[in-house]
Amino acid sequence: MRNIIVNGEKRAVEATTLDALLSLLDYKGSWIATAVNGEIVRRAERNAYALADGDRVEILSPMQGG
Amino acid sequence: MLDLYGVEITSRLFLGTARYPSPKILADAVRTSRTEIVTVSLRRETAGGKAGGSFLDLIAALGVRILPNTAGCHSVREAVTTAQMAREIFQTNWVKLEVIGHHDTLQPDVFALVEAARILSEDGFEVFPYTTDDLVVAERLVEAGCKVLMPWCAPIGSAMGPVNLPALRAMRAHFAEIPLIVDAGLGRPSHAAAVMELGYEAVLLNTAVANASDPVTMAGAFADAIEAGRAGFKAGLLEPRDMAVSSTPVIGKAVFS
Repeated sequence: MRNIIVNGEKRAVEATTLDALLSLLDYKGSWIATAVNGEIVRRAERNAYALADGDRVEILSPMQGG
Repeated sequence: MLDLYGVEITSRLFLGTARYPSPKILADAVRTSRTEIVTVSLRRETAGGKAGGSFLDLIAALGVRILPNTAGCHSVREAVTTAQMAREIFQTNWVKLEVIGHHDTLQPDVFALVEAARILSEDGFEVFPYTTDDLVVAERLVEAGCKVLMPWCAPIGSAMGPVNLPALRAMRAHFAEIPLIVDAGLGRPSHAAAVMELGYEAVLLNTAVANASDPVTMAGAFADAIEAGRAGFKAGLLEPRDMAVSSTPVIGKAVFS
């Protein structure tokens, strides 16, 4: 188990990669973008991106803006 | 035609997509405004959520160009990462760069703004910086790679209109070759006409339309005012003077005494 902070919420998860974390938490859309510890992790890099204890993951999607 | 980073635009109204009473009213306001460019943002998605996808579908159906923003970012790093994430989602190098420096006025942190603009320009972004009317900051932004400037005319959402017309006029005179777009603080169609009469290329609106009692009608009113202001500027405005100048010719006037 790893302790990961996902969009500001602490979670204990089995996932070892960012891709696995997204599947586990049911993030499916092609419209999301991800960052870990403040740096972007592009779609193509998620599969190989190994998560570490304490990582801060941000999962963003489009919304209304001015 | 307005040239923005090599893209030719006809409409001089950019519209924000936030704070409308409903998605339908947003869509109708976009159509009535005749805009070709809308701003959008990024926020945290909920697990299993589809909100972002639904919104993206709504915008895609409108057939307009997307200008993603970095609203809510308070540091260079936040703004740069958000811009990179927006580029991946929206598939555009355009970014409306906001780095907020003050909570009450939402004034840009111009120091961080210039640094973020430089990093993003070097990374291939085409930056639309939300800035103040400060000429020195604007110079630095141009040096950093910005080919468009977006000064505020009053704080975001304040509806005060152009509170410092001389500063906007100075900016226009100083940056004759750079497209200038007023990005914040407009409240009324007459405000938009006033800045267009100064020779600004376009305005970006959101709250003044979205929070009107009737956003769809207001979008059209702004569109008309912007076109009128632009036409007035192009036609050559009369300079004010202190004394009266008779409009009716006096030659051939009858003499009765």
